[in-house]
Amino acid sequence: MAEGPEEPGSSGGESHARWVRVSHWIITLSVLALAFSGFEILMVHPRLYWGKAGNDLTPAVLELPISRNYKHGGYDRPVPLTGSASGPVSANRTYDIFNQNGWGRSLHFLAAWFLVLPGLLYLLLGVLSGHFRTHLWPRVRELSPRLLWRDLAAPAGARNPGPVYGLLQKCAYSFVIFVAAPLLVATGLTMSPAVTAAVPGLLDFFGGQQSARTIHFFASAVLVLFVVVHVVMVVRSGFRRQMRAMTIGR
Amino acid sequence: MSEKDEASGFITRRGALIAGAAAVGGVLLARRFPRILPPTCGNVLRAGDSFTYGMQRAILGEHSLAKEYRLEDLTSFPATGTRDPGVGKGELAQPSEPALAESYRRIRDGAFADWRLPIEGRVAKPQAFTLAELKQFPPRTQITRHTCEEGWSAIGQWTGVPLSAVLAAAGVLPSARFVLFRAYDGWVDSIDMVDALHPQTILAYGMNGRDLPIPHGAPVRLRVERQMGYKSMKFLRSITVTDQFEDGGKDGNIQTGWAWYTGI
Repeated sequence: MAEGPEEPGSSGGESHARWVRVSHWIITLSVLALAFSGFEILMVHPRLYWGKAGNDLTPAVLELPISRNYKHGGYDRPVPLTGSASGPVSANRTYDIFNQNGWGRSLHFLAAWFLVLPGLLYLLLGVLSGHFRTHLWPRVRELSPRLLWRDLAAPAGARNPGPVYGLLQKCAYSFVIFVAAPLLVATGLTMSPAVTAAVPGLLDFFGGQQSARTIHFFASAVLVLFVVVHVVMVVRSGFRRQMRAMTIGR
Repeated sequence: MSEKDEASGFITRRGALIAGAAAVGGVLLARRFPRILPPTCGNVLRAGDSFTYGMQRAILGEHSLAKEYRLEDLTSFPATGTRDPGVGKGELAQPSEPALAESYRRIRDGAFADWRLPIEGRVAKPQAFTLAELKQFPPRTQITRHTCEEGWSAIGQWTGVPLSAVLAAAGVLPSARFVLFRAYDGWVDSIDMVDALHPQTILAYGMNGRDLPIPHGAPVRLRVERQMGYKSMKFLRSITVTDQFEDGGKDGNIQTGWAWYTGI
């Protein structure tokens, strides 16, 4: 516990608390299901927009070639929807799109409960137990380029499982727990018509439902990147030992 | 404090928190929705949908209004799913029964003068409304966002009669819990009384200041603004008020694998 900033990433050795281990695996399963179903949902409409609304007849900021729905162009001739010829139009879709959202959406929202409810409990316990303050939150004096570089250059195999965490670990875990995950949940809720009816401020905060969807996508990409790096680090620093530490706690 | 003490202290605290949260949740659900759960709990995914439904009904206000936009916010609006139930076979998402296509063709070719919207089931005065009769009710116009489950959205202006006014005219019985809709494209779906009586739930006959175009559900479509777009059924054919949840058979969303409640 007494390690200061002079020994970043050196020891570890405290065991993971049981509530950390339990919530880790519940949230792991939830995130895997969310990423899988989220990708399926994105495949159905692989276009991203900025603003209040967006669809095949409005400009996209990004299109992803991840399903046959990519730029399918299956619309018949647009007709004006108002008196103005340059105003909004309607067009009939003539293309049979890929769509597995029946189970995809239900799985996404079922999995989301296993992120949100254990996640809230985790946040509460993290604050009450001092886990965040003691183990996760980087100290201000740690945040120097020299120490960051030293941690980056340190070999992964030198680390024992569990707290005390290295500086980069603290930064990565804190980012995921306090920035990425809350952002994903908040932008997800901003896409919900029922939630935004009750909390319209969400739409204003994120600049509209489609902006929230776009932020949701990029935040999920960052989270998936974290998971990949996390797993690589676990493997490199001793997979069996790390798995024992995060399951049976020894 | 030793590590063991610390751990057991937290388990007790966590146990208390879980019990507390469960108790509060249970009381909220039980008090507000004595008969609500579940509409269908057939599998794990549907159980998740039911949980979301219960939680949203318990936590979110029943009377909150979906955001309404300004005229400048109107966007282009794709017509997806059925574009014309009268076209017949070989098209996407057309009615499974040829008789439905035939009857839609007939009323469509007569400029919907022969269209009738029957309101049946658990009502004191079952009756059928013509389009002209629906337009006699005080209209409501709202500019709202249509949020499709596919991921896109569009903003349109809708004019119609609040479903609550039509239900009141038919005299909904106190035991009624759901309102079931059938459409000319064979679609069947229902909403609960919270959404049915919501002021923004309207039977829309106008879009963007004009008559509702055929690809968007002429002559009358439903607008359910606090759920996904597919609950706002097009080409309405009949309304049935029920005491019990009905899944709508093989054409209903439940049996085709889609969530019944889509507030999220």
